[in-house]
Order: sequence, then C-alpha cells, then structure tokens
Amino acid sequence: MDALRLYGRYAAVSIRSQLAYPGSFLLMSCGQFLVTVTEFVGVWALFQRFGHIQGWRVGEVALFYGLASVIFSVADAVTRGFDVFGSVFVKTGNFDRLLLRPRTSALQLLGYELRLTRIGRLAQGLIVFGIGVHLTGFAWTPASAALLAWALAGGTALFSGLFVCQATLAFWTVESLEAMNVLTYGGEAAAEYPLNIYASWFRDFLIFVVPIACVTYFPLLVAMGRADPLGTPAWALPLTPMAGFVFLGLSLWIWGFGVRRYTSTGS
Amino acid sequence: MPQILVEGLAKTYRVAERDPGTWGAVRGLVRRRWRTIEALKGVSFSLEAGELLGFIGPNGAGKSTTIKILSGILQPSEGRCEVDGLTPWRDRIRHVARIGVVFGQRTQLWWDLPVIEGFDLLRDIYSVPPDRYRRIRDELVGLMRLEKLLDQPVRQLSLGQRMRCEIAAAMLHEPSILFLDEPTIGLDAPSKLAVRDFVRVLNKERGVTVILTTHDMHDIEALAQRVIVIGNGTILADSPFETLRQGVLAERRMFIDFEADAPDLAGLGLPGVIVHGRDGRALELAFDPGVIAAPQLISRITAAHAVADIHVDEPAIEEVIARFYDLHGAGEA
Amino acid sequence: MADVFRPYIAVLAARFQLMLQYRAAALAGFATQCWFGVIRILVFAAFYAGGAAGQPLSLRDAVTYTWLGQAFLAFLPWNADPDVADMVRTGAVAYERLRPVDTYAWWYARALAWSTARVLPRAALMVAFASVLLPLAGLGKWGLPPPPTWSAAGLFALSAAGMILLSAALTVILNVIMAASMSDRGANTLAAPFVNLFSGMIIPLAFFPDTLRPFLRAQPLAGLVDIPFSIYFAGLTGTDALGAIALQFLWVVVLVLLGRWWLGAVMGRLQIQGG
Repeated sequence: MDALRLYGRYAAVSIRSQLAYPGSFLLMSCGQFLVTVTEFVGVWALFQRFGHIQGWRVGEVALFYGLASVIFSVADAVTRGFDVFGSVFVKTGNFDRLLLRPRTSALQLLGYELRLTRIGRLAQGLIVFGIGVHLTGFAWTPASAALLAWALAGGTALFSGLFVCQATLAFWTVESLEAMNVLTYGGEAAAEYPLNIYASWFRDFLIFVVPIACVTYFPLLVAMGRADPLGTPAWALPLTPMAGFVFLGLSLWIWGFGVRRYTSTGS
Repeated sequence: MPQILVEGLAKTYRVAERDPGTWGAVRGLVRRRWRTIEALKGVSFSLEAGELLGFIGPNGAGKSTTIKILSGILQPSEGRCEVDGLTPWRDRIRHVARIGVVFGQRTQLWWDLPVIEGFDLLRDIYSVPPDRYRRIRDELVGLMRLEKLLDQPVRQLSLGQRMRCEIAAAMLHEPSILFLDEPTIGLDAPSKLAVRDFVRVLNKERGVTVILTTHDMHDIEALAQRVIVIGNGTILADSPFETLRQGVLAERRMFIDFEADAPDLAGLGLPGVIVHGRDGRALELAFDPGVIAAPQLISRITAAHAVADIHVDEPAIEEVIARFYDLHGAGEA
Repeated sequence: MADVFRPYIAVLAARFQLMLQYRAAALAGFATQCWFGVIRILVFAAFYAGGAAGQPLSLRDAVTYTWLGQAFLAFLPWNADPDVADMVRTGAVAYERLRPVDTYAWWYARALAWSTARVLPRAALMVAFASVLLPLAGLGKWGLPPPPTWSAAGLFALSAAGMILLSAALTVILNVIMAASMSDRGANTLAAPFVNLFSGMIIPLAFFPDTLRPFLRAQPLAGLVDIPFSIYFAGLTGTDALGAIALQFLWVVVLVLLGRWWLGAVMGRLQIQGG
C-alpha cells in the first residue's frame, strides 16, 4: 500500500526532527505527564473521602480512566495536523501547498506530525490502568486482551474523527475551533468515569451522538466480565467499538465537503 | 492542439464587511454585510507546449486567481479550462502530478529537514521510481549547483539558495508545466541571474512550459517571449513584450552635456521633442524615434551647438508598464 | 506612577476591542468551559449520591466552587506573558530596559491587564449562565448562588482582590524564570500542574487528607482558588476568613519582593552579557 509506505516515511521524518531537540521533548512530555497525573491524584483523593461512586470502586474507575487516557493520547499524537489545521494551514494559505501535491489532503495532514510528547499522557494512562488492573484483579485472557485492543482501535478512530471534524470546522471559521474541545477533551474527561454515573440525557449523547461509550465503557465491561448496569444486551457489547470506525468514516466524508468548499470559494 | 486552454474564466468572491471602530464591532456581532468582488471577468487565452509566458498586472488584478484556477486549487464561477486535456479542479490529483509550482514567498520544503531529505520525501509523495529520481535529482543538482546545500536544513539557507532548491524541488517529478509565482522577489542580483538562467534552460533545452508571474520587469525582459497583462479581472494585452513596449511608450530619452550653458532648442524646429529638464550645462529631452530618428536629432543639435557628451536611453521598463496600467485605468485596485 | 496606569488601561481597552472582533472564539471558549463545569458537577453529584455525610463540603458548595473556578479560570498563572516569551526567543529581553518605566511594575501591570481582560467577559458570561439561566430553567440547585451573607460577599471581594494580585505576582515570577533560563519552554510547561493541584483547581483542598490541611492552606497557591471560593460560600468565615485573606496578601508582598529582587538580578546579568 503506497499510502501506508508514505505515512511511514512521514512518521520517520517527524520523529527524527522531534528527537533532534531532546531537552525540549523531555520537558514537554514531563509537563504533560504531570498535568494528567495530578488530575488523577484529585480523583484518588475523592475516592478516599467517598469510598465509591455509584457502586464503582477506585480500582474499577482507574480502568476506565486509564483506557480513556491511552486512547486519547494515541489519537492526539497522530492527528496533530488536523488539530493545528486552522492556524497553520487555513489562516496562512498553506493548505494550497497540500492541494498542489498528488495526494489526498487527509493523508498529508496525517503525516504532518507524529506528536511524540503525547507520551506524557500515554504513560499516565498506562500507569493508571495498571493500578486498576492491580486493584481489581483484572483477568488477562486472550479474549480480554483482544477486546481491549479492539476498543483501543475503535477509540483511536473515534477521537481521530473528532479532530478531523475540528479541522473541517476551520474551513468555515478559524476562530471558534475551541468549541470542539467540548467533544475532544471534554469527551475524554467524560470517558474517565463509567457511563452509568451520568444523567440519562448525557449517557444517550455519549452512546448515540458521539459514541464515546462504545469505545470505552461497553468493551471494558465485557473485558471485566460484568454486565451493563443499564441493561444493554450482552451480545451487543463486544461489537460496539465499530461505532468508532463509522464515526471516522463520516468525519472524513464531511471533510471532503469542506475541501470542495475551500476550492470553490478560495481562501 | 494547445496544451493550456482557457475560455471565459470568471470568478466572484463574497467578502464580509465590517464598519470601523468599536460601535461597528458591536454591530458586527449582530448582523453581517457582504460585498461581492469580481476577481475575474472573462479571461481567455491558450498556450502551446514549450512556451514561456509572462503574466503581469497590478496587485489585485486577478493574476493569482488565474494561477490558482490553472493549478487546480480554485474553482471558477464560470468558464472552461483545460490543461493537457484535464480540467484542473476536477481531476486535481492527476493534474497536480504533472505540474510544478514555485511560490516566491513560501517554501514547499520542510523547514527543519536537510534539503536532500526534503527531496527524498517529495520523491515518495510523487511516487517517482527510484532510478528515474536519482537521475533527475543529480541533473538538477548539477544544473543549479546545489551540491553544497544538500545537507543543510532549509531554514539555514539564504533566500537565493532556497529559491534554487525550490525550483529544483518543483522539477523532481518531471512536470511538463512549471508555474513560477514571483520567483525572484527579494533575491540579490547574482541569485536573480541564476534563477533566470535556470528557467531559461528548463524552457529552451527541456521544453518545459513555463508561466511566470512577476512584478520584476527585468524577469520579463530576460525571459518572456509572450506577455499577458491582466487588469481589473480582464486581459488588457496578449502579445510579445516588444509590441507592448512600442504600443505604450514609443519614446526615448536623450541626455546632453553642452560645452556652455544648455541652450533653448526652440529655434531648431525639432519635431515631437519635449525638454524634460535643464540644469546648468545638462539637458534632458524626450523624443519619438518614429518622428525623428536619433542620428538626425543628434546631428541637428550638434550642428547648432557645441556638445561635450550625449547619452541615449529608453525609459525604465517599470515606467512603460505603469504607463500601460494607467492607460487602461488598471492601477492598483 | 500615573505612567504605569496608562499603559494598563490601554492594554485593557485593546484587549476588549480584540475580543469583540473574535466573538465566535469568545463564545466557543465559553461553551467549552460550561461543558467542563457540567461534567465536574455530574461527577460530584454521582459521588455525593453515595452519601453526603461527613464531607468537608456540601454538594451545593462543591457546585458553587466549580462554577466559580470556571468563571475565574484565566487568573490561574499557567503561562508567562507571551510577549515576554517572544522577547526571550528573539533575545530582545534587554530592550525592555529602554522603556522609561520600572520594568517590574511594567510587567506587573501587563500581567494584571492580560488576566483581567480575559476574566471579565468570561466571568460575566458564566454568571449569566450559572446564576441566571440555570435557575430560570428550573435547575437552580445546580447553578451558582450568590454568597449566603453580606459579610461573605464583602470578604469575598477582599479575597478576590488578593487573588488577582497574587496571580499577577506569580505570572511575573514566571516571566523572570523564563528570562533567567533564556528559554521559552520550561516555565510554561511545568507551571500548570503545580498551579492546578495546589491552588485547589483540581479538587477543593478540603478534600485532601486532613493531615495535609495545614500545609495546603498555608502555601501561596491556595490564595488563587481555594481561599477566595471557600470564603464565597462561607466555608471560611469570621476570623478564619480574615486570617486567610491576610495570608493571601502576605504572600503577595513576599512574591512581589522576590520578583523585584530576582528581576533586578537577571536584568543586571543581561546588561553585562548582552541580550
């Protein structure tokens, strides 16, 4: 697959140029690690006070929390090009340069940067998940590992789709892109806790509109060997990460519209 | 069969308008006004393979709009355009694989990467077979003398060095058409000459069709066989450069140093001669070579007065073009 | 001294103009913050549903705390002044000495202007949303109530002033760190996690283990979030509140003096070394 090979080259170039400044890289990774770790410290303190949240203990919540962090950090690392699309490409007119290359703009944006500093949040997510595994006695079987990998893939697709949507917004307005943080960072924050603690309108939103629950809550329930307290049928649960791929597909389709509009109205 | 065919190209933009000042900003919160701009009002021309076209016009005239449409990154509101049989904006990926574009102001190379790595990445983006790539790359590097620059990151290069690398980079995939947008802007004299030489070789020896947009009229003089002038969204002229010059300023200047104080030439009855300046012994006059040839004018003056030195010149090219814009009411929008 | 105020007012006015222009951005940022507030409140509600007995704050207080946090978010000294960052990057910090003003006061005034200009519109919108809109929609108990007593309100005003002054002093310290390290990275990257945790932005300091209480309440960052908000919902009252406010202002004085001394040292070094 020629496109895959090209992405590999983009990634290699990006990694080399980031590691050329090792001091800066370490500093920013540490900074991100600390920011995310301190947030979990707050969660931990709340559990010391309250003991549990709607029946979930801190170890179980740590599983959800860690998975959400890992998924988000991978998607965040890979879609940097889409994240900065408005300021780096639209405002400056540099998007023209991408259109002048015989490749899809989406592939080029994907290759723009593989942001290694996101390893800070990734490390935090893995540690927190590890704590959760330790505290709950999580059973590592081929099935549960596969399910987690499947959830990770679907989750990365979903959050990448959200960043693609954010970039598509930039075709219309470069200034209000911050609103998408509601869904990207806000979505990650919401996914940190098991879904059933939220009010029903919020839950429905996270299942049917931006299917974050489908890539964290449901698959993790299956991996933990639990039934859904909300009563979703057991057969449906393992299939849910599919929603992440569907979402990404839709996002890319809408992105295409955005590109067409850009070429018809000019920058 | 022309390689590039443009027919009736038109493009209209809508731009939001805001009243100035704080009150206008507040009102802008509630309601927006729109203004339509007609960037192109019907442009038509055609280009055969291997031509070198100079594309000039005042700022805001519609040059970049035309180039963007030709390169496929902008759709026109009306009109037809075909490049090598493809419609640029519809067959974008196939079309851009066959063209090279150089922007004078912006680089397409990666800022932190050594030049050679940027070239290699372009090879992968354009899917150039490795053997062909090596051959072309070495030819271009030799042609532009880029050997010493290859290992340096682009951000460390001077503007002139960067522009030479840019043009080489644009040619790596052997496009049949090259768009150059202000390639010599900000360059020092030797770099300008190097760039012009390079473009001339590409066009004359390799048959690359070149469309050159520039404000530097010396570029045009040095390179363009044919010139299109765009003003106010329409084509004002489409002809060889000399024809353009003759049509606008059939005028030459003569600078005379007299032995004594510069005299009044009225009594000599010289037709179509206008005195532009007089300063002590120096005299500047303008004349139309069609009305009286330079040799005749010189002999008539020297017969009547003692002359120390004479110097004949053409008005600056910028003056020719500025006069042309003026004549057609095409000054800066 | 009046010279120091004039640029402050000018910067404030310019910021407002800029913000009116980028109205979409302002609204988007506001919506984002409302959303994060909502998520935090939902999480608190779920925790409290398991039993509110013996908690250092009531749910109502936690909700109040959350909304106040979103309203005053821009006062958190996460970053140094971006213009100073630019100066450090281009090596032009020494040129600040060319201005006929006291450099520390100049930077302090800029920090004040920068943070106040960002907070005022955001706080106004937050109050409109959480104090007016939510109650109108029948969700009053999830909104932002006014302070329960007049004394709480008055003490809050004092404490808020302390918060603002403290924020500016810390921002200037970040500026100095940046200028001293000649790099625009370090200060910006590492400040946020410490500020968030110790100010009480992540969770109210009262939720931390009781053994840590004295230390947490005494450290300077508490005056950025925890102290003023606790005073607002009368978690801190009377002499305790006055004591906390005094502590805030004490830290302001300490940090200003520290900042002035340190800036002088850094500038002196730059004058000798150059840029």
